Amino acid sequence: MKWLLVWIIVWATTAGNVLQALGMRDHGEIHDFRPGALGRVASALMRSRYIVASVVAMAISFFAFMALISIAPLSFAVPVTAASYIFETILAKYLLKERVGWKRWTGVALVACGVGLLSI
Amino acid sequence: MTSPLKALRLKTRIFTAIVVLSNVLGNSFLSRGMQSVGEMLSLSPIPYIRALFNPWVALGTSLLIVWLLSTMALLSWADLSYVLPVTSMAYVLAALVGRFVMHEAVSVAHWVGIALIMIGVMLVGRTAPRTTKRKREARATS
Repeated sequence: MKWLLVWIIVWATTAGNVLQALGMRDHGEIHDFRPGALGRVASALMRSRYIVASVVAMAISFFAFMALISIAPLSFAVPVTAASYIFETILAKYLLKERVGWKRWTGVALVACGVGLLSI
Repeated sequence: MTSPLKALRLKTRIFTAIVVLSNVLGNSFLSRGMQSVGEMLSLSPIPYIRALFNPWVALGTSLLIVWLLSTMALLSWADLSYVLPVTSMAYVLAALVGRFVMHEAVSVAHWVGIALIMIGVMLVGRTAPRTTKRKREARATS
């Protein structure tokens, strides 16, 4: 049960983040942080297919995470979900076409190893 | 005059800090609440909705909404492969909160993990936050 939840969390998080990045890139940079402008951003985002799909994926990940921390300690739950970092970076390079150079690859690998060590 | 890259970096730093703080506090409050709510393995939404009435769960969930919105803002101008590693400073902060606020023991492996994450974050932090064109930029240049 524990590992099924981990599996769901990792895939739902990966899908959620990549879709969110796609949707936000599609929207464009947020410059204006006044309430009226933020309201317009919100209404534009609610009409974005990517953002709606990402919210669904993240809701699945959130409730699976709530279930996981009710049966396992946070020190287990948080680090195992870091496995999604690797998948997300691969998708960022090949799907989102971001420039992932050696600094980013090394950085992500160090972060993933570090998070793994924190789970011991 | 500040250069556009400098302004972008400053904006990115501020939002990274909001993302990290709301994530760490949100998860700690949520965890505290869920421990008192008790085991929850259900496909029905009712136990989850009931859990939201626990004040710690409600506070934690509100902070995680702040986390979600600030991450979205950050992703509107920065790369996913930049945002993910940089916001993982949250793990370091969570470990430090565990050590200095909850007085949990931090093993040698944990300190090594904290150091690796910090080196990783510094490396990624040295790259430009954005390597792809945004729609508005493309429109402005075309």
